[in-house]
Amino acid sequence: MANERYTEDHEWVRVEGDTAVCGISDYAQEQLGDVVFVELPEIGRVVSAKDEIAVVESVKAASDIYAPVSGEVVAVNSAVEEDPETVNRDALGKGWLFKIKLTDAAEAESLMDETSYEDYIAGLDE
Amino acid sequence: MADHDPSTPLAETPLAALHARLGGKMVPFAGYSMPVQYKLGILGEHKHTREQAGLFDVSHMGQASLSGPGAPEFLETLCPGDIAGLQVGRMRYSVLLNADGGIIDDLMVLRLADNAFHLVLNAACKTEDFAHIAAHLPAGLSFTPRPDLALVALQGPKAAAVLGELAPGAERLDFMQSANASIGGVDTLITRSGYTGEDGYELSCANADIEVLAERLLAFDAVEPIGLGARDSLRLEAGLCLYGHDIDTTTSPIEAGLIWIIPKPRRTADAGYPGAARIAREIADGVSRRRVGIRPAGRAIAREGAVILSPDGDRIGVVTSGGFGPSAEGPVAMGYVPPAYAKTGSPLLLEVRGKQHPAEVVKMPFVPHRYYRGQ
Repeated sequence: MANERYTEDHEWVRVEGDTAVCGISDYAQEQLGDVVFVELPEIGRVVSAKDEIAVVESVKAASDIYAPVSGEVVAVNSAVEEDPETVNRDALGKGWLFKIKLTDAAEAESLMDETSYEDYIAGLDE
Repeated sequence: MADHDPSTPLAETPLAALHARLGGKMVPFAGYSMPVQYKLGILGEHKHTREQAGLFDVSHMGQASLSGPGAPEFLETLCPGDIAGLQVGRMRYSVLLNADGGIIDDLMVLRLADNAFHLVLNAACKTEDFAHIAAHLPAGLSFTPRPDLALVALQGPKAAAVLGELAPGAERLDFMQSANASIGGVDTLITRSGYTGEDGYELSCANADIEVLAERLLAFDAVEPIGLGARDSLRLEAGLCLYGHDIDTTTSPIEAGLIWIIPKPRRTADAGYPGAARIAREIADGVSRRRVGIRPAGRAIAREGAVILSPDGDRIGVVTSGGFGPSAEGPVAMGYVPPAYAKTGSPLLLEVRGKQHPAEVVKMPFVPHRYYRGQ
């Protein structure tokens, strides 16, 4: 599963056909700590990349999640609303947050690949 | 958490090296570099404290000695509590009041002897507190801040068994009772007290000895180090005030729901402490706002600063502390509302990120206290 792309705000996307599955990175869940509340967007909402779209809240603080790509929200993961710690346990798998039907199929390709993202977070930790 | 001016260097407690060894994640708090969490994380540390025992470094807090003839009467000129009636070896929670009856700080007052007291005050307020006490000090009394002393708290249902092994008899102290003990050669002042709602102790000793003491406690399987994050969620669930948030120089003890710290004979305008007139007036005429516990109906967390609305949508107050309560298994908050909305069961709305969420006034604590009151 190394075909995720990442934003500088620590969201990931995985393009499946014309749809992007989105979540927060393992680094992000680690920094946030224990996730206790997730607020997901309404299905049908049309977003542009970098729009505030969701909130992931840990014991410490609430963090805004931004749309990594532009398009229409076509699904949300209600399982993480029920069990927010799923985001900590499996951020790139069962902890996905929402799916966006892409306006521009190529948009995700402009985001960082895994290697670039690893370099990026290594720079943040210095 | 208190803001920190980056131009002033952070102070460290005598346990800084231990925090580093234990993997503490350090943050600025009240001018100190303090661990917000260790390896268990805030949620794990919170639960561990409620289930077993947690060790907290609270050496940033102010400690002070007061002694001399008339020391109890002097404290009663600053605090509304019953200090003269406090038995030797017992401790009491009180507040320092300003002339308007606002709270300068909350503190613990321990009576060591007829005319000798040990005080524990908030880190963020201690410099002002010390100046306030010194400025009012009558001739013949001695007041000494004790930066030479460190402080740790051992909290949780296994605290008594742990400390009883190191200091036999500690398990039989009552809540708010003190004792002196030698623990592994360290002279320790023990009080059965804390800030989590659990049974437990606070242990004061010389800075140079605190690491030895902390290591002795951490050697028990039941004891884990706990950071400021869990300290905050534990005290919030216990319904305990955090100074600078739930109480400050504008709030009176009556508004804050702390009337229980003022004995009946001291509830008069001529009781002889600053702000006594406001206390008497608020008891007679009522207050315009009251601190209440609030339970949001859903899962959304209302944090400090969230606006409290009446069911009709009128702005009636502000959340002063709020977060996720791991043992309450949901969001919990406290804040100030007018008395008409302060009754248990009153419906409220909380504004979180522009949306209104239903909530209800509830009795505090959110999680029952488990203080030791003898068998």
